[in-house]
Amino acid sequence: MTIDPSKVRRFAHGSRVPGWDEAADLAKDPAVVPDPASTPVPAQVRAAIEAHMASYPDVRSAAIPALHVVQREHGWCSPTAIEQAACVLRLTPAYLAAVATFYDMFSTTPKGRHDVYVCTNISCSMRGADALYEAMLTAAGDDPDFHVKAFECLGACDIAPMASVNGEYVGPLEPADCARLVDDLRAEREVLPDKQLRKRKVAGT
Amino acid sequence: MKVLYKDLDEPGLNTLDGYRRRGGYDMLRKALKMEPQDVLQQMLDSNVRGRGGAGFAMGKKMSFIPKGAMDKYLVCNADESEPGTFKDRELMQKNPHQLLEGIIIGAFAIGANKSFIYIRGEYQHQADVLDAALAEARAAGLVGERILGSDHSLDLVVHRGAGAYICGEETALLDSLEGKRGNPRLKPPFPAVQGLYKGPTLINNVETLMNVPVVLSMGAEEYVKLGTETSTGTKVVSVSGCVQRPGNYEVELGTPSREIIYGLAGGPREGRTIKAWFPGGSSAPLLPGSDEFLDLPYDFDSLAKAGSMLGSGAIIVIDDSISIVDVALKTAKFYRHESCGKCTPCREGTNWTVKMLERIQTGEATPMDLDIMASVQDQIIGNCLCVLGDSMAMPIGSMIKHFRAEFETHIEIARERGGLGVSIPQVNRGEQAGPYPMLEPA
Repeated sequence: MTIDPSKVRRFAHGSRVPGWDEAADLAKDPAVVPDPASTPVPAQVRAAIEAHMASYPDVRSAAIPALHVVQREHGWCSPTAIEQAACVLRLTPAYLAAVATFYDMFSTTPKGRHDVYVCTNISCSMRGADALYEAMLTAAGDDPDFHVKAFECLGACDIAPMASVNGEYVGPLEPADCARLVDDLRAEREVLPDKQLRKRKVAGT
Repeated sequence: MKVLYKDLDEPGLNTLDGYRRRGGYDMLRKALKMEPQDVLQQMLDSNVRGRGGAGFAMGKKMSFIPKGAMDKYLVCNADESEPGTFKDRELMQKNPHQLLEGIIIGAFAIGANKSFIYIRGEYQHQADVLDAALAEARAAGLVGERILGSDHSLDLVVHRGAGAYICGEETALLDSLEGKRGNPRLKPPFPAVQGLYKGPTLINNVETLMNVPVVLSMGAEEYVKLGTETSTGTKVVSVSGCVQRPGNYEVELGTPSREIIYGLAGGPREGRTIKAWFPGGSSAPLLPGSDEFLDLPYDFDSLAKAGSMLGSGAIIVIDDSISIVDVALKTAKFYRHESCGKCTPCREGTNWTVKMLERIQTGEATPMDLDIMASVQDQIIGNCLCVLGDSMAMPIGSMIKHFRAEFETHIEIARERGGLGVSIPQVNRGEQAGPYPMLEPA
């Protein structure tokens, strides 16, 4: 299997990364703390972030909770969302972008409203997680509301193969359950009530 | 004997009333009447070893915290992300108050007034349960200013992470808690001297802290009778993978591994045999499924002597239907994804290991790649700030060691399937080079 160099797509300066030399917004300086006067922040977002800031000796510690708040508000960590968090925390957007890109649960690209994380780590994959992930992708189709992601160990190997649906752990799943799961989410119902982890008893009892 | 898992499914246990019905927070009352030094001595005498992975004695760790008036912190590590581990999740969800009680007593013993529970972001339900329990405890005067009329005050915060395995490493956890990217720090200074916000910090796993009220209620002399001499107490073992009844089982340390895998978890499915097992999460070197290893007592020292480790107490069973190459690739991919990128041996080593394993899968590898892969693992171990790289190097190294023949067969089969033909022996490794005769040196 050799790579044909003429088939490799190249962008500016021979890079294989498209748009690597374009700043997100050339008009704004990400290294400057946003001006509260020109950065409107919704009142509930400000209140939630300030509540988090009050629980820590150093406001910087509220960076992750603040990003959770703005991601919930905006659907993803958009430049606007990061700027709002930065404005309340009095940090630079560049700093928060650095934090947001480090963690798996923050998305710096637009994503669907429903997070479906399918665990594809060792224990789950030995019980058919890869087939489950494929089935989940097929069931969600190209619906923009769904954000199906293969995730590393979610800490629920007792119900392998499993998925976390908007934070609700469900399992053990069959590929056939995916259609029901997607239907439940579309109808805004409780997801697979018979397979929820929170209702499960301790093993061996 | 069950200590943490005793009637864990009791209805209402996750509420303050339910926990009090079984004597909850009595130990806190008792501890607050004691001198902090005496509480610490109980922990030292009980010889409880950390349940998070390293197995360091908790009492000893507590005794490293300097005395005197300064801002000290106790951080509970609930960032349970080790593949195969799910004990803390169940414990926190079903019995949150025992964790809170352990934290409050621990903070009293070291003189900390501020405490954090760093819980992984994916555990949303468990974090909600902890928040609710914390609100109840605060309303009852168990957390806050002057707890139960004593001089001890403690502020407790449940901090939700956002999905990063590395944040389970103690110094990376501290960086993450300070609102930074979760990169590990250079040690020393150890967190006990300079940790969170540069103050002395004690970091313990959920299960370890939940053992604190247990030690106090039983007394250290009684507690050491559980388990073995050097591994005292009980351990919650998460069994998963190719077994019939995966789940958490609490056993006394020193229980034969066979009894856990076959007796409690039901063993492999009908007609299957155990090919290999991880004794302590995916970071622990893999052990073959032969009698010699299955008969090992499940405790810290026996597993270390056998060349593996107890780690977080997660047994992942692999049966003979699973290809060891697939397991190796899954393991390596996980560590590649989770490597924070700070140290070169880990960042590059995990990446190249994945690439080499993928070459084996696609039929582009030769047996020489196994030697290169093994040498990459050797060069990761001990050369990074934290043990994430080692956590990949040790299991992958052990897989190559114990299952070299299977890797070599896989390489040849994949080459044939890919139309590349048999591999040419490139290094003189005697009989190991495959089924084809070695070339005579010219």
